[in-house]
Amino acid sequence: MSSISCQNLRKSFGEVRAVDGFSLRVEQGATVALLGPSGCGKTTTLRLIAGFERPDAGTIVVGDQTLAGADVFVPPEKRRIGVVFQDYALFPHYDVAGNVAYGLGRGADRNRVREVLDLVGLGAVGERSVNELSGGQQQRVALARALAPAPDLILLDEPFSNLDASLRAKVRSEVREILDAQGVTSIFVTHDQEEALSVADTVAVVNAGRVEQVGTPEEVYSRPANRWVAGFLGEIEVLPGVARGGTVTCDLGAISGDWDLAGEVDVLVRPESLAVDITAPPDRPAVQALVLSRNFYGHDQLIELRLPSGQTVRARRLGFPAWHPGDRVRVWIDGPADVLARDA
Amino acid sequence: MAVTTAAIAIALPLAWLTARTDLPGRRLWTVAAALPLVIPSYIGAYAILSALGPAGLAQDLLEPLGVRRLPSIAGFAGAWLTLTLFTYPFVLLPVRAALRRLDPQLEEAALGMGRSRTEVFRTVVLPHLVPAIGAGALLVVLYVLSDFGAVSIMRFESFTTAIYTLYRASFDRVGAASLATVLTALMLVVLWLESRSRRRGALYRSAPGTARRAQTVPLRGWRWPALAFCATISALALALPIGVLAYWSLQSVSGDVPWGEIAAATGHSLLVSGLAALLAALCSIPIAVLAVRFRSPFSAAVERLSYTGHALPGIVVALALVFFGTRVAAGLYQTLAMLVFAFVVLFLPLAVGVTRASLLQVSPRIEEAARSLGRGPFEVLRTVTAPLISSGTVAGAALVFLTAVKELPATLILAPIGFETLATEIWKATSVGFFERGAVPSLVLLAISALPLYLLTARD
Repeated sequence: MSSISCQNLRKSFGEVRAVDGFSLRVEQGATVALLGPSGCGKTTTLRLIAGFERPDAGTIVVGDQTLAGADVFVPPEKRRIGVVFQDYALFPHYDVAGNVAYGLGRGADRNRVREVLDLVGLGAVGERSVNELSGGQQQRVALARALAPAPDLILLDEPFSNLDASLRAKVRSEVREILDAQGVTSIFVTHDQEEALSVADTVAVVNAGRVEQVGTPEEVYSRPANRWVAGFLGEIEVLPGVARGGTVTCDLGAISGDWDLAGEVDVLVRPESLAVDITAPPDRPAVQALVLSRNFYGHDQLIELRLPSGQTVRARRLGFPAWHPGDRVRVWIDGPADVLARDA
Repeated sequence: MAVTTAAIAIALPLAWLTARTDLPGRRLWTVAAALPLVIPSYIGAYAILSALGPAGLAQDLLEPLGVRRLPSIAGFAGAWLTLTLFTYPFVLLPVRAALRRLDPQLEEAALGMGRSRTEVFRTVVLPHLVPAIGAGALLVVLYVLSDFGAVSIMRFESFTTAIYTLYRASFDRVGAASLATVLTALMLVVLWLESRSRRRGALYRSAPGTARRAQTVPLRGWRWPALAFCATISALALALPIGVLAYWSLQSVSGDVPWGEIAAATGHSLLVSGLAALLAALCSIPIAVLAVRFRSPFSAAVERLSYTGHALPGIVVALALVFFGTRVAAGLYQTLAMLVFAFVVLFLPLAVGVTRASLLQVSPRIEEAARSLGRGPFEVLRTVTAPLISSGTVAGAALVFLTAVKELPATLILAPIGFETLATEIWKATSVGFFERGAVPSLVLLAISALPLYLLTARD
């Protein structure tokens, strides 16, 4: 239960630079998601932290102990870091309790095994073979096994990707509750932005072996540091605009905020932050738009609109009222928007 | 080459039939198919020659039907038949083990994509069996190249017989040594080719979730041809030699059988082969772990080196150790330790091959998980890796035992004076033409070999 700090980590495999100047600080007790596309180096980073790979350069410090540095390399078994693997990597020759007891060493405390299994809701299956369990149960065994020795830090590599979609949301919140209950610092790797945003309290967006942005889920989603982060986290509309003294004018009218920018900028706005209606509230700077198309998804609908400037934007609204191509509507920004200098 | 191809051709269908189908009497065939492994090639060759050759038992049976003289099967055909029949289990055992470990989901996925069973076997199953086939084929090639018993009985001129003739008949040590060098070089080429063709890919179980047993394939109309196939192979490779031996034994029981000597020889055989199997199995684990987990020029060299032992004919290793024993370590010469060491040198590759194949199927993630749980590398090896590959290692030990128990030249040369094993008893009898006297020890040899073989095949 410690903070962890990675400084300028580098790791190459042959010609491939998997991790290329990765820096991140995680506070004690936090749950951090490393979010990035596949091949961005996030799993390698996790393996560096766990001690399965040795960094070419950079330092890893947990609490006040340096685990990897210029002349330091602490082997994985001395790091007190628990790992939950994507394929769980359970020991097939032990039963469930045996898997959990493994990290407790010889003369494992039966009560601790019991306690951890109860924690993950598997108290009743301790005697079962791990091969008889469902995927969700195996995942909880893997988590219990990693938690049993009370590690300082727990790493989870794509922990939910092998679960059925229907099970995933439930397991996610359960895992989060368990991690919170233990107060353990945790880092998990995922390529699924929804997963990162919903489970973590800090999201580090990783691309090409380095961190592009760190922030709360809300920050990285609504105030992305650059276009790549903005695009990776979900649908986004980019509108050209001009900034002058904290006010930005674009095709959707003027918006104001605490931006310290001047000149040509881009306004980044997510489709769900665009409101559509026949009439706009009087205090909103709305513009006229034409409905080009509409896709209905049940819970919500995606409406494609053409602005007077000719620019098209998409708006995501609840499933009703139903809009139709050809409808003339008013559209305005109703939620967070982000402004970036044109060359950012 | 001909032997290897034929051995694979026999071993693949047998492995599949016994591992995956509803063949009647599957367990029985499983054991029967692997049993020829225990028959030394010299016994097998003699049995085949005396049964099928000119003036053999078969001719006696056929004579009333007007068959005057069967064509001679000595020479290439006889050597080929004998070596194939007694080496195919080297391919069968690893392939069968790999088949059983193969994740059935892979096959089901391929079937689900509309491929026929034959296509699935060719495109999905076969590639996964390649490491096992390769390991088995390598053993067959090395065995055939260094075999002496069968080729000499079948009068087929090969490297080993030429070396032996030069060494024995004319004491031409230079000639024997240079031929031995050429033979060794040839074997190293085989090893090199095999290492080039070996795929780097590791084959793990593909997905988490519940491991399931593969469904058995109903054979329906193919039942009887399949049975006939198994029966033919077993008849030739098993029933025939045993029948011949039993025939000779019955002849000899009427005379006086030296039961005491046979009992002592049996004890010696068990002791030496058991020790060799234990040591080879223990040594195979670090070698396989080095070769699979820590790929480096050094680890590759260690693995290659362990194979060269098998590439050298027993007689070459034995002579080398005699030289070593008399010049360097006089205290070890003609001791049990030296004999066991020779066996380990000779048969280590059997153990390494099987252990390596099973290690390839253990995901490194599992070992990493153990490391992260606070266990050091050796602790992980002991508590996780070793138990997971233990089935492979036990299989390797059983193979070493089976091979060591019948090893002849090294035993003859290195055994302490008066230390007779079953193999030397058989040799003593047959070399002076008393086939009756060799028959009982031969049957005992087959009997004690059947136990580890049973362990090997019936565990799963």
